[in-house]
Amino acid sequence: MTTVSSSESGLALPSYRRDPEGTHPPLDSPGYKSTSLRHPQQPLVLLPHKLTEVTGPLLGPGRLGELDHDLTRQHAGEPQGQRIIVHGRLLDGDGRPVPNSLVEIWQANAGGRYRHKWDNWPSPIDPNFTGVGRTITDNEGRYEFVTIKPGAYPWKNHDNAWRPAHIHFSVFGTAFTQRLVTQMYFPDDPLFFQDPIFNSVPDEKARQRMISRYDHSRTMPEWALGFEFDIVLRGRDATPFENDEEDE
Amino acid sequence: MSLGSTPSQTVGPYLSIGLTWEDGPAVVDEATPGAVWIRGVVTDGAGTPVPDALIETWQADPHGRFDHPDDPRGAQPGFRGFGRCPTNDDGEYGILTQVPGPLPGEAPHIDVSVFARGMLHRVVTRIYFPENADANAADEVLASVPEERRDTLIATRTGDGYRFDVRLQGEGETVFFDV
Repeated sequence: MTTVSSSESGLALPSYRRDPEGTHPPLDSPGYKSTSLRHPQQPLVLLPHKLTEVTGPLLGPGRLGELDHDLTRQHAGEPQGQRIIVHGRLLDGDGRPVPNSLVEIWQANAGGRYRHKWDNWPSPIDPNFTGVGRTITDNEGRYEFVTIKPGAYPWKNHDNAWRPAHIHFSVFGTAFTQRLVTQMYFPDDPLFFQDPIFNSVPDEKARQRMISRYDHSRTMPEWALGFEFDIVLRGRDATPFENDEEDE
Repeated sequence: MSLGSTPSQTVGPYLSIGLTWEDGPAVVDEATPGAVWIRGVVTDGAGTPVPDALIETWQADPHGRFDHPDDPRGAQPGFRGFGRCPTNDDGEYGILTQVPGPLPGEAPHIDVSVFARGMLHRVVTRIYFPENADANAADEVLASVPEERRDTLIATRTGDGYRFDVRLQGEGETVFFDV
């Protein structure tokens, strides 16, 4: 099925490709204990891609403050930690850039502590770091943040459990089908082996797509290290709109 | 060129610092004629409220139109269509919106994404409205859901709008869709 063409509606709509098995983590992932009471037990029902699914929120510049993309300049002083530039492109599965699209991030500070009322492990809050950023992709789908490298932090999932350093990313694409929240990791993190969240992605190649690349070309001398992280959203099936019209 | 998708990961316990907007729950202004509150509780498999979830909604305007270039009938500017609300300590959320109009061949509905700590991927459900019994009965998506579970997708009336609870697992589990 490449298009949903409803005879009732007379609408020819695009359809988004479903990702291959193993691309996304199963909701029931016993290694990550909190999934046990939070995954559906009934099978998911297949949802055809209709108007509500092929459209989606287009959230633009109106949502941004001037310094939302620079997490090192949101307070009176500079935050502690290694200054980094995180940049990349938002693409769809056909390699097309997704322009003018909201990218939201949040992260722990350099010591691995989130500025959240429930995070109380004994690593200090940094008064100069909130850990929240937003930006909009440009016409070529590019985004860029300036921030500090987040620290690893312990959690109680298993014995001596530590989360690898990561930045949470939230993106919308242009359709409800493309909505994605993920985590960006750093190259060669020694904590990957014991992290059930990173390892919840069954396909090895897909898992590697969550790891940013050290980018020396974007490292700024005497200032900040560069990391590149492209985000790929689902592509569309071929949409023979023109052919359909010719047939009619 | 075909590229593999970036995998989903959990929003984690601290999603509210990154994904909360002051105006997130208000798809429309409170003064908008016909504005209603859709409220509910997100619960887990033990029936315990989930205090670290996020509800996101996406819907057509009251005329069944979208402000979006892929609406082949033409974008209808001005209606945000999108709401988001983190759950509070009691697992409750609330979205202020207008009831969507019917879509070609579909009963009025709202698409919902649920994110939470302990969920490595969002789950997706739909809200339908109880006053549209005939349209609901003819709706293809509702018809594809086992009859005994269909009522998990239909909101109930309240004083200022509707109630729509999300049960992630177990008895009365909400119907979730593979998008």
